[in-house]
Amino acid sequence: MATPIDALPKAPAEETAPPGLFRLLLRDRFALVGAVFLGLLVIAAVLGPLLIGDLATKLALGQRNLAPGSLEHGIAYVLGADSLGRSLLARLIVGARNTLGIAAAASLLAILIGGTLGLIAGYAGRWIGNLIMRLTDIVMSFPSLLLALVVLFLLGPSIVNLIIVLAITRVPIYLRTTRAEVLEIRERLFVQAARAMGARSTRIVRRHILPVVLPTLVTIATIDFATIILAESALSFLGLGIQPPSFTWGAMVANGRNYLGSAWWLAAWPGLAIMLTTLSLNMLSSWARTIGDPQQRWRLEIAGKRR
Amino acid sequence: MSGASAPVLPTPVLEVRGLKVGFHTGRGYVRAVDGASFHVDPGETLAILGESGSGKSVSAAAIMNLIDSPPGDIAEGQILFHGHDLLDMNEEKRRLINGERIAMIFQDPLAYLNPVYSVGWQIAEVFRTRPNAGVTDPWGEAVRLLDRVGIPEPSERARRYPHQFSGGQRQRVMIAMALALRPELLVADEPTTALDVTIQAQILELLKSLQAEEGMSLLLITHDLAVAANIADRIAVMYRGEVVEEGPARRVLEHPEHAYTKRLIAAEPGRAGGLGTDRQGQMREEAEVLLQAEHLVKDYKLPGGLFRRARLVRAVRDAGFSIAAGETLGIVGESGSGKSTLARLLLRLDEATGGHAFYRGRDIFAMDEAELSAMRCRVQMVFQDPYGSLNPQLTVAAIIAESWEIHPQLLPKAEWSARIAELLQMVGLEPAHAERYPHQFSGGQRQRIAIARALASEPELVICDEAVSALDVSIQAQIIDLLAGLRDRLGLAYIFITHDLPVVRHFADRILVMKDGEVVEEGTTVDIFERPQHPYTRALLAASPRPKWTAGDEHEMVFGEERLQRSLPTR
Amino acid sequence: MADYILTRMVYSVLSILGLLMLVFFLARLTGDPSHLLLPIDASEEIRQAFAERHGFDQPLLVQFGNFLWDLVHLDFGISLRQQRSAMEAALEAFPTTLKLAGVAMAIATLLAIIVGSLAASKPGGAFDRIASTLSLGGASAPDFWVAIMGILFFAVTLRWLPTSGSGGIEYWIMPITVLMLRPFGLLVQVVRGTMIGALASPYVKTARAKGLKRARIIFVHALRNSMLPVITVAGDLTASLINGAVIVESVFGWPGIGRLMIDGILQRDFAIVQSTILVTALTIFAMNIVIDVLYAVLDPRIRHS
Repeated sequence: MATPIDALPKAPAEETAPPGLFRLLLRDRFALVGAVFLGLLVIAAVLGPLLIGDLATKLALGQRNLAPGSLEHGIAYVLGADSLGRSLLARLIVGARNTLGIAAAASLLAILIGGTLGLIAGYAGRWIGNLIMRLTDIVMSFPSLLLALVVLFLLGPSIVNLIIVLAITRVPIYLRTTRAEVLEIRERLFVQAARAMGARSTRIVRRHILPVVLPTLVTIATIDFATIILAESALSFLGLGIQPPSFTWGAMVANGRNYLGSAWWLAAWPGLAIMLTTLSLNMLSSWARTIGDPQQRWRLEIAGKRR
Repeated sequence: MSGASAPVLPTPVLEVRGLKVGFHTGRGYVRAVDGASFHVDPGETLAILGESGSGKSVSAAAIMNLIDSPPGDIAEGQILFHGHDLLDMNEEKRRLINGERIAMIFQDPLAYLNPVYSVGWQIAEVFRTRPNAGVTDPWGEAVRLLDRVGIPEPSERARRYPHQFSGGQRQRVMIAMALALRPELLVADEPTTALDVTIQAQILELLKSLQAEEGMSLLLITHDLAVAANIADRIAVMYRGEVVEEGPARRVLEHPEHAYTKRLIAAEPGRAGGLGTDRQGQMREEAEVLLQAEHLVKDYKLPGGLFRRARLVRAVRDAGFSIAAGETLGIVGESGSGKSTLARLLLRLDEATGGHAFYRGRDIFAMDEAELSAMRCRVQMVFQDPYGSLNPQLTVAAIIAESWEIHPQLLPKAEWSARIAELLQMVGLEPAHAERYPHQFSGGQRQRIAIARALASEPELVICDEAVSALDVSIQAQIIDLLAGLRDRLGLAYIFITHDLPVVRHFADRILVMKDGEVVEEGTTVDIFERPQHPYTRALLAASPRPKWTAGDEHEMVFGEERLQRSLPTR
Repeated sequence: MADYILTRMVYSVLSILGLLMLVFFLARLTGDPSHLLLPIDASEEIRQAFAERHGFDQPLLVQFGNFLWDLVHLDFGISLRQQRSAMEAALEAFPTTLKLAGVAMAIATLLAIIVGSLAASKPGGAFDRIASTLSLGGASAPDFWVAIMGILFFAVTLRWLPTSGSGGIEYWIMPITVLMLRPFGLLVQVVRGTMIGALASPYVKTARAKGLKRARIIFVHALRNSMLPVITVAGDLTASLINGAVIVESVFGWPGIGRLMIDGILQRDFAIVQSTILVTALTIFAMNIVIDVLYAVLDPRIRHS
């Protein structure tokens, strides 16, 4: 028999989900726009180097602080140029690569650390669970930006340190969620039933607990991704994040701040990019929450009919 | 009191005509009430009887204007209150009728009382928000009402919060609140379902006496035949959103006309057949003792803090029993009696604080991992809640195969699918169901899957912990029949834990009655039902509601009950 | 109840100690602390003398003992740039931040409760859609960018408001608006969510069956119950409010503790960094206790446990 055991339970869950997840997305215009924007952004970030070549670093002193809105110098300069005459559009695409890359790496690291520690805290004995929770409280109770600033100050700013610091400040979210879910699931009857059949802890975690916890963590990651982007931007804006010659959107805003009076677009575009990205992520996750809540889902189902 | 026998038909207080209610859900539009019609006359009690999904609670919610639209949708029909259609009235008019002329009480008073306000405040609020009621001292009136519904020390208890009351007392508080403005009609939605039988009897008595004093009409919604028989003048049976049969209570219950009503009555636990099983006696002498427990004690530790000592709560105190191969032992007790804890101790899902338990002579509490694992193959468990006990993310096949995965020596992998098909048929399901997920099944079907899972490791003892309590009565009967059939076919022994004495009436060979963690009585089923020794056992038997029309017995029962209540500590 | 708060206090003190230990050991383990404490251009002799004077040549545990001893006396040494006690500088800057954050949080919470409750009273309605979109925008906005754009628009272009500094009410408008943006956005969502849940709860059905007015059901029955999760989130936001204060203070040149810390970090003034950490940690600690007490006041179930 082809056992469904290894064909993770997630895949069938999606199959049996009522048809039209896509159609439900169409019913929420904000979420749809958000999804389209994020899709384009990811494509631009991935294909970026193919599209723009060396435009992001090519100096053109004749076009210093070129104003946006003109196609005179080609489509690459439609958003204007920076103080060294480099294409802002090209730099935004490179910034997207770095911003999204760092945020993705930090998210992944935070899920890994938070999920693992959360499983341990939820399933191991009281003593070790308490210790982990107290350590989490320390991280939680202190402003994440200050924590990141202090650690970067002590360890020195670099991309790796930046990712680690961003991950550490987000770990508590995943850790607490995982632990709470584990504590709840391990009391559920189907886990009790497995124990009554003689299943051991490792089996229960792998078979019954992880498949329930993982989707929750992924859902949180959508919202948290936006938070990480904001945190990274703020750190880079303050000068303790990414260091030149590398740059992210946040660093671009910091750079543009010096030309606020003469060339507002240097700070405006990268900030707008951050805002649109985080807004799209939040719209999508708000839509996902409505879908996931059986008490709210009908709103989207009848939304299309009333229009 | 009964309006049905009067020569001139009185104008009904409430008349529902052709009501249709639907809901937009995550899975499309669902019609919950489909053309229901019924009426309530002045001073009478109408019981709407139905199983889950029959639309009885939705009808009540429609009367009280509790259905939000959307997602709810009252598609058709009329709800006439003294001849005026409530559905035609504006929100403000209906708001003024609610509480003042029609009041409602609910199933789960802990959830239905606001947790952050004192009960006195919540009752007094009714007066404070209705100045025209002319109550000058809302608080004093609230205290008086609490006294009237039988809350001791009412002036002091009025300051307390819902969580500080017991379940039965909370329902009394709800009743006091509903009666505050002396409504003409009280709608009671499953008011005793969440309560123990002894408490249920008290609440039903209270409702009856208050109704008589106030002369109000009562619309009682229930799934429980005995409750309906005990309190109703007339009964309306609801099935799939429609009233399929309506008439005087005695006529409906003794001479049902509709096929569904007949099915419902036949399924009621303890109704048909004789008492106990005819198998007891002979087998006990010859059969080997499977499981034996002596002086079991279980303390739960309520964790303390840095500045507080941990407290101990004793859930099981000095319990002992034994069960032979092929025997069925019923363990009966109300909530908090320790009956479920006892089962968990035997499988070592919880560790016992003291005492011994032996499985085929070996000390369970001293077993190592391997021995325990081996025992857990031979002793299986079926849980109360068929929704919770099956992992929603696994297919039925994977659920049933779990014990073979844990114990690979049980069955070679090549034979799994054939055996799964066989087990599914054995519990009355189709082999084709193997690839489906639990949410695609009804409650009763899920319990069948849980039974198939238990049988997979070919156990000799199955512990059923409230295994039918979450199911509708008609389904309960089917599951009990299935269990009894399997017992005869496979020679299984059962420990059947329940709060509901009638359920084990035909099924158990012997019964153990538990109260506050102790075994208060043990005996054959016939002895327990016909010659109960312990006062608590007698109270449990007496508390099962009796039909209203057995008037002579009723007096006797009320008398007996009062006497017994004094001997019972009120919880 | 009192046990609960006492327990929380002990844990909070442990948390603060843990945090300071972390800073101490990170600073010591990542190299010569004189790099952190002395100007970068200090000569080797000065470093040597400095290390001996401050006992950096002693075993780590002895150093830790000294560190704790100084901690008890609230002595964090002398700020190298400002040439005065670091603790004094931190305490001087603290009230300014407290005022800024307090006002911003008060306005944000109050507005969020009103807007969120109204949005929840008719989910999917016009008001709800506008409120939800605005709150999502608030929660998504990069505060440093909004601050800069605000300066560009209101100060540079329109010349309505000052670009930075402190003084009369006109200096407060932009910093407070920027600072409350994110807490407001997040709180509206929380209030809306919990209120929708509360309005669908059984006790609200009872209130409706009692024939209470809609406004009374929303603001007396549902809101009081919804306040608990809202307070939890508001408490968590206190910490993130300090994040915002760092940004806002540094963009608007506001002489608060956030700017002191950023300057301390950028100027590698370790004494200042340490003292600002302790002051913020203590503030959050005090805030947590206030929240615990509020919790007990609002929920009798906690009071009696």
